[in-house]
Amino acid sequence: MELNISIAPEIIFYIKSFPVTNSLIWSFFISFALIAITLLIRFSLKIVPGKLQNIAELIIEESFAFVKSVIGTEEKARKVFPLFCTLFVFILAANLFTFIPGQAALTVDNGHGAVSVFRAAMADYGMVFVLTLISVITVQIVAIAIHGPFGYLGKFLNFQSPLKFFLGVMDIIGELAKILSLSFRLFGNIFAGEVLGAVMLFLVPFIAPLPFMFLGLLSAVVQAFVFATLTLVFITLASEIEEDELVEQASI
Amino acid sequence: METEAVKALAAGLAIGLGAIGPAVGEGIIASKAMEAIGRNPEVSSKITPLMFVTMAITESTGIYALVITLIILFG
Repeated sequence: MELNISIAPEIIFYIKSFPVTNSLIWSFFISFALIAITLLIRFSLKIVPGKLQNIAELIIEESFAFVKSVIGTEEKARKVFPLFCTLFVFILAANLFTFIPGQAALTVDNGHGAVSVFRAAMADYGMVFVLTLISVITVQIVAIAIHGPFGYLGKFLNFQSPLKFFLGVMDIIGELAKILSLSFRLFGNIFAGEVLGAVMLFLVPFIAPLPFMFLGLLSAVVQAFVFATLTLVFITLASEIEEDELVEQASI
Repeated sequence: METEAVKALAAGLAIGLGAIGPAVGEGIIASKAMEAIGRNPEVSSKITPLMFVTMAITESTGIYALVITLIILFG
C-alpha cells in the first residue's frame, strides 16, 4: 500500500472533453439524496409527524430561531433562511457522508491506476470556491439592494478625504479577502481531516486512527455551521443601515 | 540543497510557525469560556457553541498555513 494524496480530485472518465471527477460524482449523489429525502418528507407530511418528519421539523425550527436571533427581524429572517439552511444542510451532508464505512473501498481503474469513486465533496477546492462565490455575491447584492447602487459604490470610492479614500480601498481588499478566507477555511479543514486520516491509517492501521476520526467528525459539523453562520453574519452586516445614512435619508 | 529537501524544510517551517498564533488564540478563547462558565454555569449551553465558532474562526490562520504546506508537499 502506498500513500497517495492529491489536491486536485481524480478524473474518473470523460464525457466528450468534460472531465468527470470523483468529487463531482459524490456531490451529485449527495444532491440527489437530499432532494429525494426532501420530496419524501414533503409528500408524506402528517399532522402527527413520523420520525423523519420530526427530524426535519427540528432542524428547520431550530435553525430558523437561530437565523432570527442573529438577523433581528422575522421578515429578514424569512428571506435569508433558505440560503442559510441549504448551505448548512448541504455542507453538513457532504461532510458526514464521507464517514459512511466502506465507501472509500470502492475503486475504479481510470488508466493510471485505481482511484476511489467517492471523495469528500468539500475536499475539492472548485466546489468550495463556487459555494463561497454564491455567498459573497449574495452579500454584495443585499448591500446594493439596501444602500442603492450609489451608496454601495460610495462605500468603496470616497473622495472626501485621503483617509476615507484609503479606507475605501481597504474595504475593497476586505471584500476580496472574504472569498479567500471563507473558502480556505472550509477546504483546509476538510482536506486536512482527510489527509490526517490517510496518514494515520498508513502509519497504524488499527485503533490509532479512531480519535482522529472523531476529530474529523467534530470539524465536519463545526465547519458546516461556521460557513453558514459567517454567510449569515455578512448578510446581516450588509443589510444594516448605518446611523449617518439614516440621517441622510431623513434629510432627503 | 536539493529541491526536495528545501520543500520538506519549507513545509515544516510553514506549518510549525503558522500553528503558533492559532494555538495561543484558541487557548485564550477556551480559558475565557471556562472562566465564564465557572462564573455562571447556567449559560454553558449558550457559551459552548459560541466558543466552537470563535475557535473555528481563530483556527483559520492556522488552516491557511496548512493549505500552503499541503500545496508545497503535494501540489
